[in-house]
Amino acid sequence: MSTDTPLRTADTAPTAPVTRTRRTLGWDAAIIAVTLAFLVVASLGVEHFGTARNFGFLVLDLAPILLLALPMTLIIITGDIDLSVASMVGLTSSAIGVMWDAGLPLETILVLAVVLGAILGAVNGFFVAVLGLPALAVTIGTLALYRGLSYVLLGDSAVATFPRSFTGWTIGSVGWMPNILPGLLLLVAVFAVVLHATPAGRAIYAIGANVTAAAYAGIRVMRTRFLLFVTSGAVAGLVGAFWTMRFSSARADNAFGLELTVVAAVLLGGVSIFGGKGSLPGVFAGVVLLMSLQNALRLERISTEALTVVTGSLLIISVLLPNVLARVRTALRRRRPPEPDQTPTAAPAAQRKESP
Amino acid sequence: MSEQDQAASTTKPPVLALRDAHKSFGAVQALRGAHLELYAGESHALVGENGAGKSTLIKVLAGVHQPDSGTIALDGEPVTFRSTADALAAGIAVIYQEPTLFPDLTVAENIFVGRQPQGRGRTIDRRAMNAAATELFTRLGVPLHPDRLARGLSIADQQLVEIAKALSVGARVLIMDEPTAALSGVEVDRLFAVVRGLREDGAAVLFISHRFSEVEALCQRVTVMRDGQHVSTDLMPDVTTDELVRRMVGRELSAMFAKEDVPAGEVVLEVEGLTREGVFADVTFQVRAGEIVALAGLVGSGRSEVVQSIFGVDRRDAGTVRVAGRVLPPNRPRAAMAAGLALVPEDRRQQGLILDLSIQRNITLPRARQLATLGLLTGHSERRSAAEWARRLHTRFARLADPVATLSGGNQQKVVLAKWLSTEPKVLIVDEPTRGIDVATKAEVHRLMSDLAARGVAILAVSSELPEVLGMADRVLVMREGRLAADLPRAEATEESIIRAGTGAAA
Repeated sequence: MSTDTPLRTADTAPTAPVTRTRRTLGWDAAIIAVTLAFLVVASLGVEHFGTARNFGFLVLDLAPILLLALPMTLIIITGDIDLSVASMVGLTSSAIGVMWDAGLPLETILVLAVVLGAILGAVNGFFVAVLGLPALAVTIGTLALYRGLSYVLLGDSAVATFPRSFTGWTIGSVGWMPNILPGLLLLVAVFAVVLHATPAGRAIYAIGANVTAAAYAGIRVMRTRFLLFVTSGAVAGLVGAFWTMRFSSARADNAFGLELTVVAAVLLGGVSIFGGKGSLPGVFAGVVLLMSLQNALRLERISTEALTVVTGSLLIISVLLPNVLARVRTALRRRRPPEPDQTPTAAPAAQRKESP
Repeated sequence: MSEQDQAASTTKPPVLALRDAHKSFGAVQALRGAHLELYAGESHALVGENGAGKSTLIKVLAGVHQPDSGTIALDGEPVTFRSTADALAAGIAVIYQEPTLFPDLTVAENIFVGRQPQGRGRTIDRRAMNAAATELFTRLGVPLHPDRLARGLSIADQQLVEIAKALSVGARVLIMDEPTAALSGVEVDRLFAVVRGLREDGAAVLFISHRFSEVEALCQRVTVMRDGQHVSTDLMPDVTTDELVRRMVGRELSAMFAKEDVPAGEVVLEVEGLTREGVFADVTFQVRAGEIVALAGLVGSGRSEVVQSIFGVDRRDAGTVRVAGRVLPPNRPRAAMAAGLALVPEDRRQQGLILDLSIQRNITLPRARQLATLGLLTGHSERRSAAEWARRLHTRFARLADPVATLSGGNQQKVVLAKWLSTEPKVLIVDEPTRGIDVATKAEVHRLMSDLAARGVAILAVSSELPEVLGMADRVLVMREGRLAADLPRAEATEESIIRAGTGAAA
């Protein structure tokens, strides 16, 4: 088509100027603000919170949640979920222990851990994307299956003979800067760019918001969903390697139950459990808020059981609050205009006639 | 014959009467003066083109829609149906073309769902329920077992369950919306036997069908609707099929936009032997550059399925599709798009748009790759492109970042058109491009299609609106029951010839 307009009609109203987004404050913006506020308050009010030592611990605690939350965000936005992430961490960790015992070089093992994770994720992806089974059911199944397999590999024993050069580096830092932090932030940036500034990211939102229309727009739905589960597995493999090095211990029960914290953090970050909505900056803030809150409570010597209560409560609040707010908003909107069924001008006119 | 005389000469008021009903949906006037009277003991046919307002009329009688004006009278008394429950309580039951039973409940449970007979301790009395169901089936004269699960029942049997359900609440008016569309000959005969039985018991039956032979076989009176209006009501033997077809059509074409004449170019779309079992078979045709070819036929004749299969969003069992000589692989919309094909789908809200996403994202979705620089989308190129195409199509909106759900139907359709025209297709397939949009926007869409054809785009248009088909098309393909029934050049295409080919009515 050439540049002249193909249509000439009575409809002469010019289209509105294209302004930059003047959006209402979204949930993700709110959670970022709350997180920043919390960090300031905790640094001032909680003893030791703002120290370099505590910052190092916070980053180490936060890393697995943040890493797993990255692909989880993408998966939940497409309308799926991967509940097997923690079990994949456990299974790769056990596999690392077995391979180390078998005498493989640790560099090779760590690469293989990521490959193994990708394969485990591909199994999920096959059932969900290719066969079309519900992600919730499939990944609850593999949650049990992969955890079971890690007990088959290692039983109750632990492999803890990893070289200091690896384990020490993982938990080490240069001044304030934990060694793992640059890599961690790089991965966050990569996922944020993919989700928010690539065709693949556009496809992810489209699939979650309306899978039929996405397919009609030429988006390869099956392939996208499959690859996201593979990515989730690969990242879980990476977390398996990190976890094993951090605690210098390959155990079958590593990262047990971690999937709940991951999902809680993602939802807290403003991702809709129904798909189609959410942002990575929001999730990043959600993870930081959840983990620094736990960290601060631990510094205040609150028991571990209470921490679980906090995670659970935050999960419910993060799901409940947007719904409540939306309802309040629609209720307010509904109250403003008069009932559309009644003719608003007729009634007052009739009254005026009668009054004198 | 005596039945017919009785129906016509009865002095009792009609069981159900709809008088001068009007109903608009936005800018679309679905009913503007609809009129229908049903008497006890008659079966009454309602015929009309697609979009004549038959479905809306049924929904008004069933309490789904409330008319903007006009009255409904039950036994001569005016009534208002605020909901389907109101209509059902008044004894009006609708049997849809494809009933929706609960597949995992038994036949008897489906009939009595929500009002199961109760035994001691408020538990369901299964024995009483099954006995009541058996009684209903005996009355209908059909051998259905009340204890069987609804899953796996044929559509014909499911309809009978619905009829039994209607009887169980004491329905006196049965409305059947194209009940025979999915039935075999034997099943149709059995359904008709059941309907005749109900009629003899004093029920009024409203029968919607596109098959004139069935209307003749079953009904005593026939009402014709056109453009939401009542045209005529006659005793069946007094009117010929030819006359009915003429009345369904009878419209002036003067107001419609006509396509400019463009010399047809090379063949760009070739469809050969396209088949999907049970849906359509052996569909073969070609479309040339600069040509507008309409795909007409009744709703359900397989038109949309054919174009969806061509584009690759729906599977095909056999046949080939070529675009500009390139063979398209099946089930690969992306390959179809790369070859220069675009499909503006039938269901704007489900297939055409992602309502929660912004106007901008919707317009640029099929071209995200082309708009990216080094694989990255900063939003700038998308915004510029979306603004450009929205402007070309005169789309009215506040901000490009607004969800597309906030737009009116006509503007939503323009967004879908912008989305696909921006891919600069060689072949544009449009499925009901003007459904549910106002007259002014319709004219814009027609003008646009004509302009595109003049630029050498090949256009295949599925449409149920015959004036649109006749005004725009160089050639009209007519489908009937999954097959191409006619390929009419512009000179031979009239509303009557298209309806004849689409319904199989004898000439």
